[in-house]
Amino acid sequence: MTAMTAILKDAWKRADRAVLAAFACIIVLLLVGSLYSSSFLSPEYLLQQLQVASFLGLIATGMMLVVLLGQIDLSVPWVVTVGGMMSTAAAGWAFGGEALAIPFGIFCGMAMGFVNGIGVAYLRVPSMIFTLGMNAVAQGLMVLRTGGFAPQDHATEAMRFIATGRTIFNIPNALFVWIAVGAATIFLLSRTSFGRAIYAIGNRERAAYLSGLPTQLVTLIAFTMSGGLSASAGVLLAGYSTKAYQSMGDPYLLPAVAAVVLGGTNILGGRGSYVGTIAGVILITLLQSILSVMQIEEAGRQLIYGAVIIGMLLVYGRQRRQF
Amino acid sequence: MRDFRYWLGEHKGTLLALAVFILMFAIYTGNHTAGFTPNVVNTAANKGVLLALVAMAQTMVVLTAGIDLSIGMIFVLANCLASTIVVGTPLQTGLGVAGVLLVGAACGALNGVIVIYGRLQPIVTTLATGAIFYGISLFLRPVPGGDVNSDLADALTTKLPGGIPASLVVLAFVVLLIWVPFRRSLLGRAVYAIGSSEPAAYMSGVPIDRAKLLAYVLAGLLASCGGLMLTFITYSGEASATIGGSYTLNSIAAVVLGGVSLFGGSGSAIGAIFGAFVLRTIGDLLFVFDFDPLWQPLFQGVILLAAVTLGSFRLLRIKNRLDLFG
Amino acid sequence: MAAPLFRMDGVAKRYGGVRALENASLFVEAGRIHAVLGENGAGKSTLIKIMAGVVQPDEGTLTFEGANVAFPSPQAANQAGIACIFQELSLIPDLSVADNIAISNPPRRFGMIDRRAQRRFAEEALARAGAEDIHPMAPVKDLPLSRRQMVEIAKALARRPRILILDEATSALTAGDVAKVFAVLKRLRAEGLALLYISHRMHEIDELADDCTVFRNGHNVATYKAGTKSGNEVVELMIGREYSHVFPPKPLARAAAAAPTLEARNLSWTDKLVDISFKAQAGEIIGLGGLDGQGQRELLLGLFGVLRGLSGEVLIDGKPTRIGSPRAAKGRAAGMALIPEDRKTEGLMLPMSVRDNLTLSGLDQVSRLGVIDRAKESAAIERMVKLLAIRAANVDAPVGALSGGNQQKVVIAKWLMNAPRIILLNDPTRGIDVGTKQELYQLLRKLADEGATILFYSTDYDELIGCCDKVLVMYDGAVIRTLTGSEITEHALISSALNIETGKERRLA
Repeated sequence: MTAMTAILKDAWKRADRAVLAAFACIIVLLLVGSLYSSSFLSPEYLLQQLQVASFLGLIATGMMLVVLLGQIDLSVPWVVTVGGMMSTAAAGWAFGGEALAIPFGIFCGMAMGFVNGIGVAYLRVPSMIFTLGMNAVAQGLMVLRTGGFAPQDHATEAMRFIATGRTIFNIPNALFVWIAVGAATIFLLSRTSFGRAIYAIGNRERAAYLSGLPTQLVTLIAFTMSGGLSASAGVLLAGYSTKAYQSMGDPYLLPAVAAVVLGGTNILGGRGSYVGTIAGVILITLLQSILSVMQIEEAGRQLIYGAVIIGMLLVYGRQRRQF
Repeated sequence: MRDFRYWLGEHKGTLLALAVFILMFAIYTGNHTAGFTPNVVNTAANKGVLLALVAMAQTMVVLTAGIDLSIGMIFVLANCLASTIVVGTPLQTGLGVAGVLLVGAACGALNGVIVIYGRLQPIVTTLATGAIFYGISLFLRPVPGGDVNSDLADALTTKLPGGIPASLVVLAFVVLLIWVPFRRSLLGRAVYAIGSSEPAAYMSGVPIDRAKLLAYVLAGLLASCGGLMLTFITYSGEASATIGGSYTLNSIAAVVLGGVSLFGGSGSAIGAIFGAFVLRTIGDLLFVFDFDPLWQPLFQGVILLAAVTLGSFRLLRIKNRLDLFG
Repeated sequence: MAAPLFRMDGVAKRYGGVRALENASLFVEAGRIHAVLGENGAGKSTLIKIMAGVVQPDEGTLTFEGANVAFPSPQAANQAGIACIFQELSLIPDLSVADNIAISNPPRRFGMIDRRAQRRFAEEALARAGAEDIHPMAPVKDLPLSRRQMVEIAKALARRPRILILDEATSALTAGDVAKVFAVLKRLRAEGLALLYISHRMHEIDELADDCTVFRNGHNVATYKAGTKSGNEVVELMIGREYSHVFPPKPLARAAAAAPTLEARNLSWTDKLVDISFKAQAGEIIGLGGLDGQGQRELLLGLFGVLRGLSGEVLIDGKPTRIGSPRAAKGRAAGMALIPEDRKTEGLMLPMSVRDNLTLSGLDQVSRLGVIDRAKESAAIERMVKLLAIRAANVDAPVGALSGGNQQKVVIAKWLMNAPRIILLNDPTRGIDVGTKQELYQLLRKLADEGATILFYSTDYDELIGCCDKVLVMYDGAVIRTLTGSEITEHALISSALNIETGKERRLA
């Protein structure tokens, strides 16, 4: 337990203004929400929000790793769908389907992420366009597989259990998954050579290369992880809805990038802490939820969503004047 | 002769996109002469021009080494607005058109102001403003509907005598009225300078803020041209996030295929136009070769990946690995 | 004496807690070349940037022809008639030479840029600068550095300035170019141009300057007519204390020739390296000499595994070793380290902490199975900071806040964590203050005595003479002369560098 507290204390020390601002905004949102309805501060509601946030949280974790490198992963929408569809497809296999569903779905995502990594790290194609292309390829593969219709496969018991079940203290299982992944990520970023390398590459790849770091390998691994994490979110989403469906990943791309940025990670790479991403994810989830609970029309919701993001970034996301 | 070589070098990307387009066009017509009717051409042209306009818009921002993720939503916003105000008498219609273009320019200006004076990164700024523009679109058109002055719409979207699609003429006009003057102007060159090296541009006294603002405003203007054309084609307005998102992402692909560098400073909107046409006609090529339409999305994705990876072959020639990094 | 064309008085500029300039003054007269000398960090660059409108002073007055002026932007300074050529070039890589020369005020027709008139304008400007061989339509990014500097000079002159400032503007020029440029500058001086010239190269200053000013610690410590002070006096003014070449003593006898730790056989690469062979033993410090740009940098990069298509053999301890990347070079087989050319973009991550930078190359030493051992890490960092006497207030502060000399120490410390056996250094003392330089010389000799093999490239003859046991003088990618021991003299270095067979009084050419 002391190792855990040491890690948390360390993360707290590194927390910067952005992270604090993000947490402050969360509190503000909760207060605003509670003015509207007292149930906002109820544990039940909060836990439910955290459950929903877990899905975004997994995706944002992968996105953060990639953004720290100075890259971006636009293949999220369809890799999420791949995760959902492939896991439910595997669930229907004759032998081993039940057990292999989840690993298979994640594996497919990792494979896509691996290709992204090859394209960005070894072929030096700008990540924005390569992952965009991969997104289209993933979509193509899924359309081909399902014939354009919603797949008929069902999620496994395990998937449903993790995505929707609750165990200890009524805490959603999905949240446990996010906590586990998050803790591992914090450890990875702050205590391992791999994490150090990520920050170094994001800061200046040239210097990282000359310092003898395996820059291409690290980039490859980061993209593979991002793919795996997106797919795992897809697996959970499929468990939540008991089936996968077309375009299930579309609503997650922009919120994932927004969550990472609102959490204080610099979009150009090299700076950011995972605690900030946690705050960003919760912030985005709460914001979307409050807007829908307040029964504001979709139009107003989108407007406020965009305006809030700009507003917050103007507070702490501004670049220094260069010259 | 050396002059010509330099000219070639400068327009490499554009010429390549043009060559690819001609190749595809040739394959298409060579294999499907029967289907090459004026009607088919017109429909294809209409589809292509829509993306071409949005791709031109994206080019403006990409030249400054930025990216505009809200461009698809400005497109949609213009569409919804046009379906409301581009109606009635010729005067009202004219004012309506002007209004739509103005709103597009204003959206671009908003992006520009936040990026320049707010000093936020373009990618996150336009991410958020995209949501704002989408919200406004929904407000204007909660459900698909609306109308548009059908005389004007027909005039601009059907075939002219001789079989030339009117939309291509519109595109040519836009290029002549907006792109060409921009390219030759001081601020236009300033945009290229900023994308190429902002510190050097500053030291050289280039008007950075004004040039960037111009780039974003023109991007919004061009996207709203596209939105207008969409309204003329569909006779209605729809606030669809899917359409907006797809146009945004496709505009990025078109821009890259058209030889515009995502790092800024090189490329041309004309290349982006050809990139857009190539992107739009890939699907039709499949149709020509009797591919199962289910394969189309995969084919498009793989072609896109292959096209952008082609540029990596120059990496094989790099002898000093340090040159691989910025 | 005529009133100065331009003067600065009482100028101060602070960056955070650092006083770049304090009560600085300078005058510039028409028709005279005024040289500004000083160590890096003495404030010369900041002074120039203020004159050129790139930064604003916190205090002080600028006077142009008797009237007070202020330059809020580079454009304002340009319009007043001040043109500046910086070390970091102000050329736009993707634009053509003509576009760059006429970047701020091109000839126009109907509001559009008149390409043809612009081209003529550019051709005239290039001719005036002595660079007629450069094609106006060539994209700048395709030009080698020396051509780019000529374009930069042409661009500055094209605006017909009253005052021209050159900040180390000739560092990459070939000898022929330098001669041409100097001829142009002298002609312009005769025409009434005022010139402000910042350079470290005493021989250039001897040739050009009429007046000299020495800056130290942010203000003007001396102004005098050129030629009235000796070299040593000037250096003493620059460093503020008595100057003596302090190079550590070299070992008198070399141990019996053991197998060389590093040997190169017939190394070749594109046209930059031509059939290079040499041997280096443990305990040896070998210098790479010659004019700038003869392949010295490429040789170091090639040994370190950065170059692709390097032909020939590299032998470590007598065994042929293939080194394909810096990661391989760092490994146990080769045990190499490279201190790169530009510490700000190649050696350090400026926003990251001193701690993170220090352990970057040596993560394997302080971690197990990829997990960093905090205690080991802190111990290693403490050791390095002490060994190199790194002056950093806080190990967790960004390394960008340190002075140039301390930054370079961090780069070296980073590599020393690996206990490298072969240390390559690419111009390690560029932009470093004299005190730190001396510390580095001591360190290099100490490392060599402890068994390392050191190979370093320097543009400073004194260093090569003072530190090296052997110097390989390079010319056009090949080693044309190897000087050992007492053969290493300034005369020999320079004449070999210029590929002159017999000794002759060196003239700047």
